Amino acid sequence: MITLKINGLDVSVEQGTTLLEAAKFLGFPIPTLCHMEGLSPYGACRLCVVEIGEGPKAKLVSSCTYPAEEDLRVRTASQRVLRARKMILELLLASCPQSKIIQDLASAHGIRQQRFKQEHEDCILCGLCVRMCAEQMVAKAIGFRNRGQNRSIGTPFDVKSDVCRLCGGCMYVCPACQLRCTYNEPEKAICGGCANLTPPCVDKEQFNDMMCYMDPCVACEIKKD
Amino acid sequence: MKQDAVVSNKDSIKSQEQVDSEYILRVLEKHDENHGELIAILEEIQTEYGYLPEEALRIVSDKTNRSLVDIYAVATFYRTFSLKPKGKHLVCACLGTACHVRGAPRIIEEFEQQLGIKAGQTTEDKEFTLETVNCLGACALGPVVVIDGYYFSKVKKSKVTQLLDKAIKGFDELEIGKDKRIFPVDVNCPNCNHDLKDETFEVDGCPSVKLIISLDHKEGWLRLSSLYGSCNFSTEFEIPEGKVMNFTCPHCRKKLHSTSNCSMCGAPMISMLVSGGGIVSICSRRGCKNHMLDLI
Ligand code: FES
Ligand code: FES
Repeated sequence: MITLKINGLDVSVEQGTTLLEAAKFLGFPIPTLCHMEGLSPYGACRLCVVEIGEGPKAKLVSSCTYPAEEDLRVRTASQRVLRARKMILELLLASCPQSKIIQDLASAHGIRQQRFKQEHEDCILCGLCVRMCAEQMVAKAIGFRNRGQNRSIGTPFDVKSDVCRLCGGCMYVCPACQLRCTYNEPEKAICGGCANLTPPCVDKEQFNDMMCYMDPCVACEIKKD
Repeated sequence: MKQDAVVSNKDSIKSQEQVDSEYILRVLEKHDENHGELIAILEEIQTEYGYLPEEALRIVSDKTNRSLVDIYAVATFYRTFSLKPKGKHLVCACLGTACHVRGAPRIIEEFEQQLGIKAGQTTEDKEFTLETVNCLGACALGPVVVIDGYYFSKVKKSKVTQLLDKAIKGFDELEIGKDKRIFPVDVNCPNCNHDLKDETFEVDGCPSVKLIISLDHKEGWLRLSSLYGSCNFSTEFEIPEGKVMNFTCPHCRKKLHSTSNCSMCGAPMISMLVSGGGIVSICSRRGCKNHMLDLI
């Protein structure tokens, strides 16, 4: 057992527990985006930052990937954490302003203005769909390609994958496009990108072979500039 | 950053469309695919074809039980790998910070103009591929351009035409008499220590080195240039390209033994003594130009 202090409270957790899980155990809320139970932690969105250590050695780490250490001091809502989190959200919001999940997070964190240029990206490279496909569906049909600025998610050679079973898992977990991905319950989805309440993709046959990562959203067709 | 340029044997690059699955299987056999030798495998395929054909990647994925996604991720991650066929000559211009401030963008512009392509593209006739890299580690010499593995420093705009011309001719052509890398050596037989110089026959305008070669029960003389670095020679009978020859000393008639194998083609390297101390080794395969000089 490892004992650490989160926001001044002692907690004992098992070896290998992440800070996120430990904080959750105590009931401290930490927003997450690329974390999902049942999928391996990835640390892509950095939304779950917490501050560890004391004084000048204090630093920000992503709690979903950081394993608990003996005697660690963790602050989940210090000034520094809140500032960093807000900035991260603002940047996420700029790259994907049409995402319902990001919109909700932003408003919950009191973001009232948008200082950066909106990019309307289809993808924030959180890797949820990739992990879903590999770990839960054991298919490995999609993955990361290229690197740096050109990094993208998709099938090899951009053709329909032989191992894809069209389960739709990737679309289901995608936080970037709510509309395309909640078509089992389309009424609940508000995309905000096109404000199109009867989006064309909902009328399509479910799980037909057009996967969201292969095509721009047919619903909103947001113009990118 | 790792450099792309190691494209050694241009002529062996296969025609693009067909992928020889036998060849891929042989490559896979050589590497222990279960132990993360994916990059080595891909490198070998790329040297063979000049790029990574889709078909080849599918075969690799099939045979190694690795998912195509992972292989594709590696193949697209590294700049070394290309999924598109490349030209015969690879021009790599450095666009790192140091070269940038020394005027690399203008050099690249000039290349683009002369070749009629943009960086990252290949000319229609498949002669040239133009690429940029972000620092080759020779910043003080910038702007640096690498063509077919040969480095050129402080490249000027006016030198671009010349470089491209030379690239077509091939950079390994040495100018005898002018090039400092070529110098005469006197060699002796390692068995009887007899001088192998033959004043009666000249190669490259200098007395040659006489040896006896045998191949498929045929025997004849071979006269090598005595200039180290020059690969010119003449023989009594025609030797087919790629054949490995046996060498004998014309004086003691003993076989010249090899001490090592050629690092380029694997054939035995034949060693001879250099008067003044040292050993010169040449590859015994016709067409392989590997040679080495070890001075003691
Ligand atoms: S949830 Fe921890 S980095 Fe995304
Ligand atoms: S944003 Fe995660 S898959 Fe598109």
